[in-house]
Formats: sequence, C-alpha cells, structure tokens
Amino acid sequence: MALEESHVRRAAHLARLAVSDDQASGFVEDLSRILDMVDQLQSLDTEGVKPLAHPLDATQRLRADEVTESNQRDTFQRCAPAVENGLYLVPRVVE
Amino acid sequence: MYEKTLTQLAAALKSGEFSSRELTAHYLQRIEKADGKLNSFISVTAEQALKHAEIADNARAAGTAGPLVGIPLALKDIFCTRDVKTSCGSKMLDNFIAPYNATVVEKLNAAGTISLGKTNMDEFAMGSSNENSYYGPVKNPWDLTAVPGGSSGGSAAAVAAGLVPAAMGTDTGGSIRQPAAFCGITGLKPTYGRVSRFGIIAYASSLDQAGPMARSAEDCAHLLGVIAGHDGRDSTSVTRGVPDYVESLNAPLSGLKIGLPKEYFGDGLDPDVEKAVREAVKVYESLGATVREVSLPHTHFAIPAYYVIAPAEASSNLSRYDGVRFGHRCDNPHDLIDLYTRSRAEGFGEEVKRRILIGTHTLSEGFFDAYYTKAQKVRRLIRQDFLDAFEDVDVLMGPASPTPAFDLGAKKDPVSMYLQDIYTIAVNLAGIPGISVPAGFSNGRPVGLQILGTHFAEAQLLNVAHQFQKATDWHLQRPAFAEEYA
Repeated sequence: MALEESHVRRAAHLARLAVSDDQASGFVEDLSRILDMVDQLQSLDTEGVKPLAHPLDATQRLRADEVTESNQRDTFQRCAPAVENGLYLVPRVVE
Repeated sequence: MYEKTLTQLAAALKSGEFSSRELTAHYLQRIEKADGKLNSFISVTAEQALKHAEIADNARAAGTAGPLVGIPLALKDIFCTRDVKTSCGSKMLDNFIAPYNATVVEKLNAAGTISLGKTNMDEFAMGSSNENSYYGPVKNPWDLTAVPGGSSGGSAAAVAAGLVPAAMGTDTGGSIRQPAAFCGITGLKPTYGRVSRFGIIAYASSLDQAGPMARSAEDCAHLLGVIAGHDGRDSTSVTRGVPDYVESLNAPLSGLKIGLPKEYFGDGLDPDVEKAVREAVKVYESLGATVREVSLPHTHFAIPAYYVIAPAEASSNLSRYDGVRFGHRCDNPHDLIDLYTRSRAEGFGEEVKRRILIGTHTLSEGFFDAYYTKAQKVRRLIRQDFLDAFEDVDVLMGPASPTPAFDLGAKKDPVSMYLQDIYTIAVNLAGIPGISVPAGFSNGRPVGLQILGTHFAEAQLLNVAHQFQKATDWHLQRPAFAEEYA
C-alpha cells in the first residue's frame, strides 16, 4: 500500500500536527519505509483468528458509580499555560 | 559504598555500618562528579533526598524501619512525581511539574526508599538508543562512544556507573531489558498488569509495564515486591496476590526445562553475543537444567505488528498534549487549531511525530482493517507461540539484543533502529515477563542473556537469574568509568 503525500497531510490534520512542505516529503519517505516493513503482515494468513486487544484477555472492570475523587482544580491548574477564574484560556472560538 | 548491591546496602544500613544520609550524600556526590559525562539524569532532587534520608535514619533509630528504608534510587522521568519536573524526555513536558505521584512512586515512598532524581530517556519512551531525548543522548559508561540503549537508557547508565544502586524503568518493546543488556545490569519487565501504570506517562497502554533495573536479580526481587500489586486506579492492574520474590530465589534448578527458540539464534545475531549466551546456557546445564530447541514461528512478524499497534495507541494517548491544560504552548496562537497544531509541532521531536503520524494513518478510514485489525490478529498468533512453548519448557533463553551496544549516531534510519528490538518486542505483545542478566562481553561492551517465562512467572525468572548470578560474576563487573569517581 504505497503512501502518498496526501495521506501524510490527512494524518497530520487528524493528529493536529503542523507539518511544513519540507517536513512532509521527509515524512513520506520515513513512513513509507516503516509501512513497507509493516506490510510483511499481509503475507500471513490470519483467516479465522480473533484480534487480540489485551494480552490477558481481561475485560473492563466496573465499579460502583460513586464520587471517589476530591476537587483538586487549583492543584491541577497550576501546571496549565493560561487560566483565569478557574477556567482554561484558549483563543476566541465563538465570535 | 557504590560497589555494593542494593541487597548489601540494605544489610549495611541495618547493621549501622553507615547511615542513609551518608549513603545518599555519597551517591549525590558521584552524580555531581560523573554525570556531566554521562547525562543520565534530567533532574537531581538532592535537597529533598537528603531530607528524606534523615527521616529514614530516624525511623531506623526508632526501630520501625522496613528492609529498604533509606535506600537511594532513581526514577525514569516517565513516572509522575509530585512537585518535581516530569518531562518524559520531551520539550512538550519541559515545564511540567507533576501534581501527583505515580502508584509506583507512592509504593516506593511508603517502603522508605529515597529518590535521587529523574533519569534521562528517549522522548515518550520511543527509542532504542536514548538518542531521541530532548535533553541529549546518554552515554554508555562501558564506552562513552556507545549508546546505553533505550528507552530507559538513563536508568541503565546510572546504575552501571554506580551513580545509584537501582532505578525504575518502563518497557513497552524492550525498554528495560535492552538498556540493561547494553549497560551490563539486571532488568526485569514484569507481566502486563503486574505493576500499576497509574501515573506513568502513557505510550502504548496495552504494552507498557514498569519494572526494576539493578545490579542483581536479588535486588530486583526486593524492588518488585514493593512495586507489584493491584491498584484500583489502573483498570488493567491485576488482582492476583504478590508472592515473596526473595524467598523463592534459592530454589534449586535441577530439572528446570530450558527452551532455546531457534528463531532467536538466526541471521543478524552477533557471533560474540551468541557465544556468550550459549556459554550461559552451559552454566545452567551444570546446575541441573535440561535444554532443548523450541520454535516461536511468528517471531519475525513481531516488529511489523508492534509498529502498527504501538503507534496506534500512542497517537491516541498523545492527543492529550493540546497546549491547553498542561505542557508546551506556542506563542500568540491566532485561533484554536493554530494553538493545537503549532504547540504539538514545537513540543514533539521527530520520532514522536513519526509514530503519531503512522498511528493516525493506520487507524484512519480505509486503512484500519488492513493494518490495525490485521496486527491484532497477528498479536494473538505471537502470544500463542509462547503459550505453546511453555507447554513443553519452563523458561525460554536467548539474547536480549542481536548486538552489544552500538556507537552513538550509528543508526540514522528509523527502521534499522526498530529491528534492534527483534528479541524483546514479542514479549510485550504476549504480555509475558522477561529479565535480562549480564552474561559476558563483546569488545568490552556487555552482553545480556534474556530469560522469559509464562504470565506471572516473575518469581521463577528471578530464581533462575539469581542462581546464574551465584555461579558467575558477570553482574558484579563494573566499568572503569565507575572507579574513576571512587
């Protein structure tokens, strides 16, 4: 499955990663080599094999729907780039 | 003091040979003198360490101290530590002061160990040489022109150089075992779910696991006993009880069945590494073990499957770095998309970007089944290979890495770097435990023997490794670099 620059552009957009034109061609080259290596998987017959998502076949554990955490907003906002009145600041989204 | 193993240091503290404050000051002084050349630490928390050492000494005096109280160690900079910078080797988190402790850190604190600081690593644990760190590469104390391995390269180099008796690492595709091998120390990757992942900065959540890196299997047994166990804050943490890993170290090995996977002795294996590993196996035969060849037929599909699954999980995990709640934020964003895209472009290094892009691409519409679902099916076949092998043998043995430590700057192409992890990566896909122990040298650079067991066989792996270390002294050898700062 050959990788085109448009694929890299789409992935960069979906991943919200700014990529310059120069960088894009470098990524096409690197990612193509990685995907060529990954394409070995296609030579293996996996008909009837169930996908494995978790090495121990565990399922998600459930707990009672109770509040267990205390409010630590001030602590957690201490490492934020910009906050005001307990809110995170971002550029204006709605005009 | 630095010549002693953690186990010996614990005995010396207990007998009053020296205090934790003296011991802590000794290691801090070694770090100060030597780490300019190694670059194994990102942060050193000297003041805090000396304060904690005093508390430890008081506990010893009061007779309330557990066995590891007052033992200094270091944490890979992937473990969140309250009020201490936790960078994960990335510019993205260069300004991140963690607001809470990882469970591993809480458990180590409760056991009374003293953290001297945070060790260098490949950015977001993505790498096999420690050259992907925002803080610069770490040097291998056996040869300053060689890499220490990665991603837990700072932890491995610091222990090997005697800057700290033990350190914590994490292993997603070999990141404890390969640097342990390259630096001539002992490193254990436990079974997936054995140690809580809470507060460990996530790379690939179905593969990540934390474990100890130290001078001996006995040291690792002490530390695993502290950090293992169920944690309600990690939904994949297992509820199974934690055995006494120290008690079982001395079980005899007569009758032990060792399997040598024939795929681990094939093309690309350095002849010196092979020789060292085969010599180690002979030691086991002399201890009463039997040896047979086994096959893990899907071995060569492990790296391709990993480079779908790990980047896919990484692309999802790393979406949290948005420049809004914590981490790097670009200057003067003109809108929200610009804030996201530029903060991420400025904060992440090349390898992290490659993996985010690969993961996003393989998960995207039109490619998901061909890549991600296919890789998960192959993952099941890889795990089955191991389960089948463990029907016939108790443990598997082979090299931890196909070569000894390579030169800094030697591997510029990402794929050639990925192929380094051929013997370690399948272990994470299968979720089984593995340990690397020193087993010789090749041109002055250490060789690691890797021992693998079935799920939750940590006690057996530590026992098997400890018996080898009672019969050999590879693990006690130290680089000349360590003696320079005596």
